[in-house]
Amino acid sequence: MRGIVVLEVDISHRFGSFRLEASFKAQSGVTALFGRSGAGKSTLVAMVAGLVRPDAGRIRLGERQLYDSAADTNLPAAARRVAVVFQEPRLFPHLSVWRNLTYGRWAGRRSGNQDPDAIVELLGLENLLERAPDGLSGGEAQRVSIGRALLADPEILLMDEPLSQLDGARRAEILPWLDRLAHEVGVPILYVSHALDEVARLADSLVVLSEGKVVASGAVEDVMRRIDLGPATGRYEAGSLLHGTIESHDPDYRLSRIAVGGDHVEVPSIDGAAGDPVRLRIRARDVALSLAPVAGSSIRNCLSATIAEIVEEDGAFAEILLSLGDHADTGSAEDYPFLRARLTRKSVAELKLRQGERVFALIKAVAVERQSGR
Amino acid sequence: MLSPEAVEALLLSLKVASVALVFALPLAVFVAYALARWQFPGRNLLQIAVYLPLVMPPVVTGYLLLLALGPNGFFGRPLESLFGIEFAFRWTGAALAAGIMAFPLLLRPIMLSFQNIDQRLERAAETLGASPLTIFATVSLPLALPGILAGAALGFAKALGEFGATITFAANIPGETRTLALAVHTALQRPDGDQLALGLALLSVAVGVVAIGFAELPLSRLTRKLAERRASKKALNGDGAGDGEGHRRA
Repeated sequence: MRGIVVLEVDISHRFGSFRLEASFKAQSGVTALFGRSGAGKSTLVAMVAGLVRPDAGRIRLGERQLYDSAADTNLPAAARRVAVVFQEPRLFPHLSVWRNLTYGRWAGRRSGNQDPDAIVELLGLENLLERAPDGLSGGEAQRVSIGRALLADPEILLMDEPLSQLDGARRAEILPWLDRLAHEVGVPILYVSHALDEVARLADSLVVLSEGKVVASGAVEDVMRRIDLGPATGRYEAGSLLHGTIESHDPDYRLSRIAVGGDHVEVPSIDGAAGDPVRLRIRARDVALSLAPVAGSSIRNCLSATIAEIVEEDGAFAEILLSLGDHADTGSAEDYPFLRARLTRKSVAELKLRQGERVFALIKAVAVERQSGR
Repeated sequence: MLSPEAVEALLLSLKVASVALVFALPLAVFVAYALARWQFPGRNLLQIAVYLPLVMPPVVTGYLLLLALGPNGFFGRPLESLFGIEFAFRWTGAALAAGIMAFPLLLRPIMLSFQNIDQRLERAAETLGASPLTIFATVSLPLALPGILAGAALGFAKALGEFGATITFAANIPGETRTLALAVHTALQRPDGDQLALGLALLSVAVGVVAIGFAELPLSRLTRKLAERRASKKALNGDGAGDGEGHRRA
């Protein structure tokens, strides 16, 4: 399924002084539309859904032209088969959870292949069906909203920061549901977010929007290792995504050993059998560099790496892009996983770090976040 | 106990007010929705026109109706000669006058409740594939129901007691247009009518109380239901409320 272009957007729009000029494609699987608030993400979602009409451009979903200013095509929202999960659940307060879930069927006359019972089970809604939306918690309500969107038989599901109104505990509660859903229902998802952890966990590809423009797009691991995303991602959260496989578990100390590239890292225990693929996200600010292997330190992970790029900024910091592993055998840095590090400019100067230099990347095991199980 | 005159006036009043409501309510729902949701040329003019009966002397409304729909009226004459439809001096005229006088009272609460509906819900329904008419029927209308019931209660009560426009347009014909209010007025004109007037007045009060009670009942039940939902939100918190099978088959 991956690799098929599902949605093509190329629009321009202006309101007041803000100009939105976005062009991107979304493939099957989960495409994250990422950017800070005010970048124009929600407006783009509303345009794809048919709730806002762009000034000019084209929007294409599968074989159908949803909007084309040149041909004066503008399908009404009800005919687009684009379902939306909004920031707030927007459940119909006068209808039971079950009537809400099946609204697309009895009011929208949609049928399709999604089995209501399967969706109810997938989202864990069995015990809520007769309740009124008023009686649901924020997380439950948002799960109902997701089920309702899926049961409207969409060709694509738009999720507009579905977790942004939930507190940390509710977010943690609903993220695993989203993860399951993204991989089990087979509907392409355009997932809007400004939270990098959600994107890293859920997305297959990533479109980065900044001030109304697409500044980067591609496979999520490719985009996340690119150094020029700093302003769009925010410094605090900037990091990289490593693909690895589980090598072994240490039950005594509750650690897992993950093979990454030719090396390995130790992280707090994660579920899965040896050989299972896993994604790890490491924030740039959690990575330190050393010129020699470090002994006598609490830091558990010391990876051999080569400096691929150094970007010094105006402030105190510098961004280092590292290519993990020993490059002597193949020579092409592109074959190796990338890791981002964030240091002070003073450290870069004192250690005389230069592009192409061999260094050791130090990562505290506790700083590694486990992402989705792929 | 009740004089035949009083019974006749009571039944006629109920008939006139009911017919007025049956015709005015759907129109009020439509106009309220249009005013609450749509921008169209003449919107302000329409808004003024529908509230006019509330601020004009009822006699003036009756007189204008007579000019428009009377036997020699602008619309009245062609209506009569082409379709045989007559309003003036008929119970249908009384119903028309009552409906027009009640219209602003019907309209206001309905319009307010349409305005209070979170329009994001209607947008959500749109993305789920519902047509504008379906959205109206399945989202907007049910959510506006409390306002519609409140409007209907007010409007019915007003139609029941309408006097000025009715007597001007439909006159005071026993058995045809002499409703309760007009019967009270007539009784007061008679030297010996005090007793009858008092009886009719008490009857009007009783009918008004019953009418409002009927309209308030579903409204208070709705309010209670909402309060219960809020209470259960706090009380349940994670408890299953049933297996949902009944709903699924529904």
